[in-house]
Amino acid sequence: MTGHDGTAEITDRVREATARRTPLRIVGGDTKRFLGREVAGEALRTTGHTGIVSYDPAELVLTARGGTPLREIEAALAEHGQRLPFEPPSFGDAATVGGTVACGLAGPARAASGPLRDYVLGVRILSGDGRALRFGGEVMKNVAGYDVARTMAGAFGTLGVLLDVSLKVLPRPPAVRTLSLSFDQAGALAELERLSRTALPLTASCWTGGSLTLRFEGTERTLDEVQRRIGGTIVEDGTEFWRSVREHAHPFFAARTPLWRLHVPAAASVSTPPVEPLIEWNGLQRWYALDSTSILAIAAAAGGHATLFRCAGPAESVFTRPAEAAVRLHASLKTIFDPAGILNPGRMYPDF
Amino acid sequence: MRPDTTLLRELLAALGPDAVLSAPESCVAFECDALTAHRRTPDLVVLPRNTAEIQAVLRIASTHGAPVVARGAGTGLSGGALPVAGGILLVLSRLNRILEVDPQRRLARVQPGVTNLAISEAAAPHGLFYAPDPSSQVACTIGGNVAENSGGVHCLKYGLTVHNLLEVRVATCDGELLTIGSPLGEAPGLSLLPLLTGSEGMLGVVVEATVRLVPLPERVELVMASFDEVARCADAVGHIVASGIVPAGLEMMDGLALRAAEAFAKCGYPQDAAAVLLCELDGLDHDVQQQLEDATGLLRRSGATTVRVATDAAERARMWSGRKAAFPAVGRLAPDYYCMDGTIPRRHLATVLGRIEAMSRVAGLPVANVFHAGDGNLHPLILFDAGRPGELERAERLGADILELCVAVGGTVTGEHGVGIEKLGPMCTQFGPAELEVFHAIKRAFDPHGRLNPGKAVPTLARCADYGAMRVHGGKLPHAHLPRF
Repeated sequence: MTGHDGTAEITDRVREATARRTPLRIVGGDTKRFLGREVAGEALRTTGHTGIVSYDPAELVLTARGGTPLREIEAALAEHGQRLPFEPPSFGDAATVGGTVACGLAGPARAASGPLRDYVLGVRILSGDGRALRFGGEVMKNVAGYDVARTMAGAFGTLGVLLDVSLKVLPRPPAVRTLSLSFDQAGALAELERLSRTALPLTASCWTGGSLTLRFEGTERTLDEVQRRIGGTIVEDGTEFWRSVREHAHPFFAARTPLWRLHVPAAASVSTPPVEPLIEWNGLQRWYALDSTSILAIAAAAGGHATLFRCAGPAESVFTRPAEAAVRLHASLKTIFDPAGILNPGRMYPDF
Repeated sequence: MRPDTTLLRELLAALGPDAVLSAPESCVAFECDALTAHRRTPDLVVLPRNTAEIQAVLRIASTHGAPVVARGAGTGLSGGALPVAGGILLVLSRLNRILEVDPQRRLARVQPGVTNLAISEAAAPHGLFYAPDPSSQVACTIGGNVAENSGGVHCLKYGLTVHNLLEVRVATCDGELLTIGSPLGEAPGLSLLPLLTGSEGMLGVVVEATVRLVPLPERVELVMASFDEVARCADAVGHIVASGIVPAGLEMMDGLALRAAEAFAKCGYPQDAAAVLLCELDGLDHDVQQQLEDATGLLRRSGATTVRVATDAAERARMWSGRKAAFPAVGRLAPDYYCMDGTIPRRHLATVLGRIEAMSRVAGLPVANVFHAGDGNLHPLILFDAGRPGELERAERLGADILELCVAVGGTVTGEHGVGIEKLGPMCTQFGPAELEVFHAIKRAFDPHGRLNPGKAVPTLARCADYGAMRVHGGKLPHAHLPRF
C-alpha cells in the first residue's frame, strides 16, 4: 500500500465549508475542468488523498483513493496484464481516478466494454455535510441496498467527494490489431452495423475523413482470420492512434472549438451539419466542431442528445437537460447527499 | 383481513371482474414467492393487462393509502413479493408481450411479464441472445429480474441485469410514468438506472424494459475438473481468473452437492470427488482453442484428479444438467432446505468453505455448496426438517452466521437473490445507520408515503437495534426461546 489517507483533511475542509455555507469546487488533477459549467467555489483538492488500497489480480478488482493518479493505476494493472476495460481518457497526466469516475467518461473501447459505471463495484464518499458513507463493495455481485455506487459515476462530484473507488478490471487480450479501410460516412456506418452484429472481437472504431479504423483483440490466429474476412491494411502504431482519439490529440480535434459530443443511435443518419464528424463507438458517439447551438435540435431529431464538450469561454448550458420528472429526482437526491448544496454547485446544470 | 370495500369497488370498476381477485381461496395462490417459509394470503390481487391499468391501480391505491406489492412470476428467493397486510398484490404476468426485437440496434423492448428465456428465444433467429440467465429463467420475468438485478451462471463475462439493461419505464407510486436510462446507453443527467435496478419494487413498478442483446458465441466448450480436496478446487478458481481467462461460467459443487446431482441427473460426475468445477469457455474458434489448452493445463497443475472436456453439445448439456438440477437434487436429501446467497472475494473461498463446514457440524445441520465460483457468489444450501421443533430457527441462525462471515471477509449478504424479507437482519451487519438512513431517504424521494413494497429490502434502524441486541459474536442468541420476526 502506498500514498496517503487524506480522509481527515478532506472531512475537516468539507465540514468547515458546510458551516460557512461556502461552495466547494472539487479538484483532482484539474484536467477536465473544461467539461461542465464553471463552479464558483473554493477549491477542494483531493490530490493529497492517494494510493492503491487493495489490488489482487485474481480478484479482478482494484480499490484506490480518489486522488490517486490514473496513470499509477494503469501502471499497476499493466504489470499484471490487466486494464481498466472502459479505456478512460485522462486529458492530462495529472488525471485522478476520482475525477475519472466523477466525469464518467469512457474511451474508444466503450462500444464493446459498456460505460464506466458498469465497472464501479463500490465507493466510499464524503457527503456534503461531512458524512463518510460506504456503498457497494469489492465483489462482483452485490444486491444489498440500493446501488448508490454506480449512481456516483458521471455525477461530477455533485453528490459527494469520492474518497475510495473499487473498480472491476479485466485481463488484457493476447494480441491487438488495428486495421484501416476506406469508406464514406454512410458506408462506414453500414459496415459498423454489420460488424457489431457478428461475434467478431471489434473493440474500437473511428471514422474520420473517409477512413474507417477498427481495432480487434484476441489471439493472433483470430486476428489473422478477422483480417481475412474484412480486409483492410494494418495500422502500424495502433496504440498511438487510439491514444490520440481517446485524448483528443488526433488532428481532427486540433484547435477546433466549440466541440460538441453527440450521443445518437449507432446507425442514425444525422441531418448533415456543414462539417464532417469524427465518429466513434460504432456510431453511438460523434464529435462535431461547430459554432452553432442548432446541433442540439439535430441531435434530438436523430434520437439522441448533445453535450458542449469544449468551448472558448464559460458556457451557460453544457449538458442536455433530462425530462422534468427526472429533474425532480435529481433535486431530491442532491438534498440527500448534499443538503447545503456546497459540492460542485452548478457543474452539471444551473440549478444542480 | 377483509379488503376495504370502496377500494375493491374502484379496482373492479377500473379493471373489470376478471382482473381483480378478492376471495381468499383465489388469493391464496399468491401467498408467497419461492421463499416458502414466509406466507401471507393477499387481501387483493390485481392482474392488469396494460400500462394504463397499472397506472390506474397505483392511482387508486394512492388515494386509499393502500400498499402495493409488485410480483412477476413469484420465483424470487428472498420474499420480495410476500404480500403485505391491507395491501394490493400487483401481478404483472399478463403483460407478457415482446414489443420489439431490433437486431440492428441489438436490443429488445419488452413488457415486464415476459420471461427471461423468451427474450433469448425471440432474439435467437437474429443470432443474438439476452445474457443474464438466472436458474429460474424458464419462468422468471424481466420485471422481476430488474427488481432483483438478477444474475445467473454467465455473470463473470456477461454481467448482471444492470449491465444488460438500457432503459426502463416505471410507474411511480402515484401512477405517473417515468423513463429512466436510454436505448443509447447513456441518458442525460445522473445515472438513475442502476438505482432502479435491484431496488426490489421499492421505488417504482417496471412497466417496460429495453435490454441489450449480444451475439451468440461462435464456439462453446465445457471443461469438468474434479478434486479430492475442496480447498484445492477453490484455489483453482483463483488460478484461472488470474491467468487472464474470463470463463463464460465457472461453477463449483462440493461432494454432498455433486453426489446428490449425480443421483438425480446421472450427469457423469465422479462420485468420489470432494469437489467438481465446471468451466465454460466461449467466443471465437481460435480464442476458445487457446483458452481451452490454457485452462486444462492450469486445472491439472492446480491438482485436479481428472479433467474432462465435453466432446459435443450433448455431453455438454449432460454435464450442465447436474449443476442445473443441483437445487432440487439436494432438496431430496432432506425435507427442507434453505438457500443462502453471500458473495465473497474469491481469495477467501477455501477459508470460508472450511468455516461453513465447521459451522455446519456445530449446528448439526448438513450444508451442501453449489455456487458461482467465478463470481465468489456462494449458495450454501442448509438441510433441515421444519417438522422438527426448532430446526427452522436453527437453520435460519446458521444462515445468518454464514452471511455475517461473508461480510466479515469483505463480502455481501446477497449477491443476486435480494434482501426481501429474508435478509433484513443481516443487512444490519453490512451497513451502518448512516448508510441505512440514506437508503430510507432514497425510498422517500421516490415514494414519500412508503406505499411500494413497504417493509422490504432495507431494515429500519429500530430493527437493527433489536438485531444487534439479539445477536452476539459467535452467533449465539442470548434469548433463544424468543421468536424472531
